[in-house]
Amino acid sequence: MQTYQLHSINGPVVTVKGRTGLSMMEMVHVGKERLVGEVIRLDADAATIQVYEETGGLRPGEPVEPTGAPLSVTLGPGILRNIYDGIQRPLPAIEAASGSFIGRGAQAPALDTEHKWDVTVTVKPGDTLEPGQVYATCPETPAITHRCMLSPLYSRCTVTWAAENGAYTVEEPIAKVKDESGKEITLTLCQKWPIRTPRPAAARMTSPKPLITGQRVIDTMFPLAKGGAAAIPGGFGTGKTMTQHQLAKWCDADIIIYVGCGERGNEMTQALQEFSELTDPRTGNSLMDRTVLIANTSNMPVAAREASIYTGITLAEYYRDMGYHAAMMADSTSRWAEALREISGRLEEMPADEGYPAYLPSRLAEFYERAGYFKTLGGEEGSVSVIGAVSPQGNDFSEPVTQNTKRFTRCFWALDKSLAYARHYPAINWNDSYSEYLGDLSEWYYDNVGTDFMQCRSRLADLLLQETNLMQIVKLIGSDVLPDDQKLTIEIARVIRVGFLQQNAFHATDTFVPLEKQLKMMEVILYLYDKCSALVAKQVPVSTLMATGLFDTLVKMKYDIPNDDFSRFDALRAEIDTKLAAAGAGAGNKEGGSAQ
Amino acid sequence: MILEHIGLSQINGSLVVLDDVPGVSYDEVVELRLDNGTTRTGRVVMVEENRCVVQVFEGSTGLSLVNTRTVFTGHPMMMDLSPELPGRILDGLGRPIDGQGDIYPVARRDVNGAPINPVSRVYPRNYIHTGISSIDCLTTLIRGQKLPIFSGSGMRHNELAVQIVQQASVSDGSDFAIVFAAMGVKNDVAEYFRDSFVSTGAMDRVVMLLNLANDPIIERIITPRAALTVAEYLAFDLGKNVLVILTDMTSYCEALREFSSSKGEIPARKGFPGYLYSDLASLYERAGIIKGSTGSVTQIPILTMPGDDITHPIPDLTGYITEGQIVLDRGMDATGIYPPVAVLPSLSRLMKDGIGAGYTRDDHVTLANQLFACYAKVQDAKALASVIGEEELSESDKLLMQFGREFEHRFIGQGNTNRSMEETLDLGWELLAGLPRAALDRCDDQPLDTYYEPARKRRLRRQAMLDAQPAPGAAR
Repeated sequence: MQTYQLHSINGPVVTVKGRTGLSMMEMVHVGKERLVGEVIRLDADAATIQVYEETGGLRPGEPVEPTGAPLSVTLGPGILRNIYDGIQRPLPAIEAASGSFIGRGAQAPALDTEHKWDVTVTVKPGDTLEPGQVYATCPETPAITHRCMLSPLYSRCTVTWAAENGAYTVEEPIAKVKDESGKEITLTLCQKWPIRTPRPAAARMTSPKPLITGQRVIDTMFPLAKGGAAAIPGGFGTGKTMTQHQLAKWCDADIIIYVGCGERGNEMTQALQEFSELTDPRTGNSLMDRTVLIANTSNMPVAAREASIYTGITLAEYYRDMGYHAAMMADSTSRWAEALREISGRLEEMPADEGYPAYLPSRLAEFYERAGYFKTLGGEEGSVSVIGAVSPQGNDFSEPVTQNTKRFTRCFWALDKSLAYARHYPAINWNDSYSEYLGDLSEWYYDNVGTDFMQCRSRLADLLLQETNLMQIVKLIGSDVLPDDQKLTIEIARVIRVGFLQQNAFHATDTFVPLEKQLKMMEVILYLYDKCSALVAKQVPVSTLMATGLFDTLVKMKYDIPNDDFSRFDALRAEIDTKLAAAGAGAGNKEGGSAQ
Repeated sequence: MILEHIGLSQINGSLVVLDDVPGVSYDEVVELRLDNGTTRTGRVVMVEENRCVVQVFEGSTGLSLVNTRTVFTGHPMMMDLSPELPGRILDGLGRPIDGQGDIYPVARRDVNGAPINPVSRVYPRNYIHTGISSIDCLTTLIRGQKLPIFSGSGMRHNELAVQIVQQASVSDGSDFAIVFAAMGVKNDVAEYFRDSFVSTGAMDRVVMLLNLANDPIIERIITPRAALTVAEYLAFDLGKNVLVILTDMTSYCEALREFSSSKGEIPARKGFPGYLYSDLASLYERAGIIKGSTGSVTQIPILTMPGDDITHPIPDLTGYITEGQIVLDRGMDATGIYPPVAVLPSLSRLMKDGIGAGYTRDDHVTLANQLFACYAKVQDAKALASVIGEEELSESDKLLMQFGREFEHRFIGQGNTNRSMEETLDLGWELLAGLPRAALDRCDDQPLDTYYEPARKRRLRRQAMLDAQPAPGAAR
């Protein structure tokens, strides 16, 4: 293939002079060290390339070698349990090759080429194979069976040869097929896919079920559907990463793609360690068995940071096509937007809002629209859920990235600095957050959790809203002057805030709470509220009710009641009945006494 | 053979342009020899075929289009390293200025470093003792962490930095060193740092890099990189635990902005370049611990928030990269509380895994959470008191106000003392003992029984003794 000569270098942006045969978004190798780059602009007399590695030491005149294909990822068994950089280079292999610091031009195949997989071939000669249809399977991890599908890049084929079941590496031929034009194609366990092109599916569907996370404020108040997209905006220190980690650990997706995009190195190390040590409550296997980490920390090259988001979502789509529910956590999309801004600045493009390029909204839309609940080409149902953290500059939610993300996600978990300062975690503000999936999912909750779930939820939301309004008065004149029914509202809202919304990620019982327990907790809180309201209506003072200690018992029930034994809730109701009856009687007697 | 290029094509601020210089590589170091015999250093910031743009570290004053001869060295900015570095004072580019002669290099490294592979990192777990209660108890500094101090002009962050340098120690007594980089500090401030280190005997373990306020800004861009190169060498080659103090990051960022605008780059927020985040990350992310080495690099960058505004791009982007922050408060500073640490917005992200049983003490986590929660409530009580007056507060709010005062003056405002971890934690319980047990909603029963109850008893007894004494006036 013809090579070109490097003309100029400016940070991660380099150019080649002349009318070249390079095509847009084509992957190229730059310089003697063969750094990976991508063509991002073609002018009459020059091609502009963004390089995914440090460019120090490059000289004009060094070769630029086209590859003839867009930047792609390799899809096949061995993706799970791995940790990649932004352009799918496995970091453990790079460590083995170049030590603790990442050198330049490090090359390693994305998938382990030595490992032999235990392959079951599901086709025989003469079969027709449609794009998206499975031709071989192998157990990738104890939890996940990998299904190799005919790439949607091909048309319908006929199988001419198939291998026996047995142990194969990702490079060995598994089957040979002929497409309708008569071209012969050899299929292996892996295939390539360009990261900027969404993988096709048969049809997009309305999501029927929620992504269960075990986090009360999410599951109950602002649920996310499987195949939905959610944004978590929050200033620094409000717990974005913490929330993302909790979701990655406990949500009920089959596959987790965790993208650390321009974030801290120590955090990725922590994720790697924790996920390896923890077991998945549903399968009993290591959490890493369903997880891929993509780590492009903030000091790694900025262009690869821009690519890491696409690498992540392409991997998620690949597992979706196998019929799995994949969830992708992107931490943080603001760093990705900043990478866009940085590259755009180097190209001297006209900036729009706050220096971001004018195409920021369309890029965000393209990305979030790759989430969804689909009927796959193979006829299965699969989904990709996307949870994107947003780091607004100066904690200002009106900045462009937050605002545009809001337009393309239907679930918004706003993290609040003042909650975080008071160490209320997860610091999701119940007044600013919303989920548009509530309506879609209410049927599922009705059928699968409890008929009263949505009712309880809206009563909780209502009480919290009342409290917010009351607190404005309290801030001015103190709580003593409020009438008793409003005092009760404030007290019960405290139970909801501290006992229900606040959740301790480091507590063995509280870190993940099943939906049934969430419902029981809501029911008990409302039960107490109803009973107390009745007593307050009979002029029993709130201080008497508080003295029963029931409110504090309810605050602590999240720790005291185990996740698998709900009989304690009945005992709790009985306790409420007896203690309140006593309180009511006591107050009644006093009243009676004074009347005499 | 060394090729010298005579003359320059263009000079613009600290940037000079050379034409007809083939084979120049991006980011390589350049020596500019002037006719008067002096030498300046520069760095290639852009190449286009035979033309290149060079950034001159010492500034372009005195350069003309004809009086210089330029030599391209063919390698990026390197720094000489040696185990003899602790105790030395260097300039902003890492050259000795203490008159004790040259450094005999054992190793030479690229000052830009290379990113640590996340797989090779060890998750930081062990703490560094600073002797300052508000840091040790509430925002514990962990080895391998980057924990900035957000200050403002006129606040006593320099004093705090010196105190940390003097008192910092690791509990297992392993080899400890400090790299101190001053960027754009005033001459007298630099003098204060030097004198403090020398007079307290801390100088033996300190490497100082000084870029003063009137030194060229381009040199300032290299200073933190040189400092971190020293730190990485001491930590990962020699196995020391290294604490790096970078002050003042605001001067660094402003230097970067000046340099960026002289290159004609498109600015992002407040005129800072769009890559400010990536640039800061390339410094801060050099903290950490790597597998197979006993050393660690811990960073305390200090920055002065312009106009005390925490949403200004510099503190904002810093906070997004670092693992927490220690915020100083002007109100507390004004009332004479030293160190004026604003507890609520301060945070150490890594402390949760580096404290508690086996590291500090089993009650540390609970105590820290409880102090945070109570102090957050104090703010509500204060707000209410400012409207209706403290006399009108409820009994529990009055107790909170009392707790808040003690907390600010005794716990935070410790002055120039060095407290052990035990002393700090015990003091925390002593303060909480002023509140009723029911108010401590973040504690389980176990720490309450072990630590709170004895402290409460002591406090009540002391209170009773005080009450029993006749009031001075009534005795007569």
